[in-house]
Amino acid sequence: MGNITRELSDIVGAQYVSNEPEEQFIYSRDMGTMEPRQPDFVVMPASTEEVRKVVLLANREGIPIVPLGGGLVLSGLSRPLKGGIVLDMKRMNRILEVNEMRRYAVVEAGVSQGVLQAYLKRHHPKLKHSVPDAPPIATIAGNVLIFGSGHLSHAAGFHSDMINGMEAVLPTGEIVRVGSCAASPHWFSRAPLPDLSGLFVGWAGTTGIVTKLAITLFPDRPFNDVGVFVTEDEELIPDILNRVTRANVAEDVTAWMTPKPEWARGFQHVNVAFSADTREELKWRWQLIRLSLKNYMDEKVGGFMMLPPPMKKALIEAPAVTLTRFADVRKGGGFEYVGTIMPIDLFPEAYRAGLEIAERCGTTYSTGARVIGLGHCMMFYFAYPFNRADPSDVQRAQGALEETNRVVLDMGGIPWKAEVPAQQEIIQRMDPNTFALMNRIREALDPRGIMNPGNWEPAA
Amino acid sequence: MYPLKYDEETCLKCETIDCLTRCQYLSLDLDRAKEERHKILRGEDSQVLRDCVTCYACEEYCPQGNHPFYLIVDRQEQLGVRPVPVPLTKQQVVMMAPRGKIVPEKVHAPVVNLCYFPMLKDTVRGKLFEGASAVVGSDIFCNIMWLHFAKTSVIRERVPRMIQNLWDYYLKESGVDEVVCYHDECFATYTQLAPAFGIDVPFKSIHLFEYLTKRLDTLKDHIRPLGMKVAYQRPCSNRLIPETQPWVDEIFQRIGVERVEREYDRENALCCGGVFRIQQREELADDVLTRNLGDMKAAGANVCVFNCPFCFFAMGEAAAQAGLMPLMMSELCHFALGEGKVMGG
Repeated sequence: MGNITRELSDIVGAQYVSNEPEEQFIYSRDMGTMEPRQPDFVVMPASTEEVRKVVLLANREGIPIVPLGGGLVLSGLSRPLKGGIVLDMKRMNRILEVNEMRRYAVVEAGVSQGVLQAYLKRHHPKLKHSVPDAPPIATIAGNVLIFGSGHLSHAAGFHSDMINGMEAVLPTGEIVRVGSCAASPHWFSRAPLPDLSGLFVGWAGTTGIVTKLAITLFPDRPFNDVGVFVTEDEELIPDILNRVTRANVAEDVTAWMTPKPEWARGFQHVNVAFSADTREELKWRWQLIRLSLKNYMDEKVGGFMMLPPPMKKALIEAPAVTLTRFADVRKGGGFEYVGTIMPIDLFPEAYRAGLEIAERCGTTYSTGARVIGLGHCMMFYFAYPFNRADPSDVQRAQGALEETNRVVLDMGGIPWKAEVPAQQEIIQRMDPNTFALMNRIREALDPRGIMNPGNWEPAA
Repeated sequence: MYPLKYDEETCLKCETIDCLTRCQYLSLDLDRAKEERHKILRGEDSQVLRDCVTCYACEEYCPQGNHPFYLIVDRQEQLGVRPVPVPLTKQQVVMMAPRGKIVPEKVHAPVVNLCYFPMLKDTVRGKLFEGASAVVGSDIFCNIMWLHFAKTSVIRERVPRMIQNLWDYYLKESGVDEVVCYHDECFATYTQLAPAFGIDVPFKSIHLFEYLTKRLDTLKDHIRPLGMKVAYQRPCSNRLIPETQPWVDEIFQRIGVERVEREYDRENALCCGGVFRIQQREELADDVLTRNLGDMKAAGANVCVFNCPFCFFAMGEAAAQAGLMPLMMSELCHFALGEGKVMGG
């Protein structure tokens, strides 16, 4: 152990290696319901070369490595299930390039959402990136690699769809580049080479460590607005989403349902956010959005809320602060949700299932959805806050989460950033050849099985 | 329970049917107005019930004080004609419900009733409101807004309780028997709507404008004439209490501002458009807003003065974009006394 510590210190500097109980405690958990798992070492590299050296050392010694971004995945994916090294990427926090003409940014893997957002606002005010509804310390890379979504996902899809290229350290220590940057000095696209980014997206850090990536940026327009469409019949929501997405003028389309405040209980709210370069364009977009739902307004079964200016401001904000407040509604710092990727027509079924499960498990809830692409699918979430200091509350939330995972799979949806028990549920239903292919790819890339072991593995 | 004091005979004797023929939003000649009147009186569906934008003006236009608007709203509710989508109405009913959290509080005159606009608390300050108590909250909310939602049932249910709350929790025990109504809606509720529905009001109501006028007289040595050209946005609820209109000119005269002569003022005032947006009549709201602000500008105004916070929310930003400084009436008076602030910072 002492030798490993010394070697790690030689690579990253002694102050960036720890096997002290304080760090082991902090890095053993996230805010979700999964049981803590303690690392042997916490290491903070500052460069790709340092990452490579740590990986070579781990490979030589057969020590597991778990890469960590902001640590906000909530489903315990960055807990070191088999001990070893948690590789905290936060020191790799440089924004390497912002290209205004090509609208992309190249960042190191530890750059956070908040840092990039602030940097763009200050130095490139005409550009923005798609911000997820996560605390600002969430990293760009972490979110992209788990198929995150955000405030531009209606316009441009999952955040993984916004990848232009990546640099990664393979489990055997080679540094690779995927996307245009593999054959060009420029990070403008994943096309036209074979798309190897799929080797790293959605794998929960089991195939390598992404050290840099390029993401697409979008125009940050000066005029922004939001409409909140309200109805009380969940059966209408798929068509409402379909109509709004067909209008194709919104940046972000989200739905939310919550029992608190009292006035929100029993209603479905669809937020439609849009932006423009001029007031006239903003008005035109608003007209198109309204026109898309005119039939429901004429029938009086739905309509847009009149939003007081402070409420409108809060709804336009990215990330949305209201979600952060809900996350701590039970106090005690516990929050987890089942995010599922599913078709938008499953909305009513998913909504009803969420209500039933919350009632049966005796937990409070918040459900909602973010439309991905032009309604090609959605990320539907069932959120269950809990008080971490109250074991029975944790258990209730855990029960609700597990049941939700099963219900979602029965429905035909797929849990997103699935925790280990959910991974097993998915594997049971997965085409066996697909799972075999996943294992073959992993074995080829990681012959010693050091990368975040315990995830996406056949049941013991 | 609380039947509307409406006289059908009086209505049928009316030759001009001003309530319908003068409407700014319906286009009805006298013959058509007679037909629609009969339908409404018979309790049948009518174009009026469906196209009414709930601007309250017919209540002012009726020369007999016969409450045609309240009858229209009653009929809308009876026949299930919904000016606002059902989910939005239901949601508003819950959102604006009394919380039942009111506790007795000692107040002293003058007591300023801020209705359910807590953001207005800061306006009750300075020389203008020296020594005043302010009361505000869901439990004293006047609830007249349900006229826009075809929900007189909510008015009948909540208004008596709200009036009693104001009396029991604040006024009676404090030995105060009158209240200054900041918002036209409250004054209209106590002095016009409540009598129309036979609801007792155990205290006296003073309109903000009357209070301001008298206060400005007391403070006349402190007034610095503002020399502004202002356009006044008359709120819908003032249609119920037109007798308060002269106070606007009295105030303007005292603080040295000119009320510009324009088309859409006084009895021809246009709605702020906010209610039209809740009713999903967006195009109408835009049209009215454009005409209204254009009229203010054409008349040479550089300030747009409101007394209704909802009108302020609905029009304030657009007014500012059009080069008209949006100000609440009380704030304008504060400015004249050298104590002004711009709402919202």
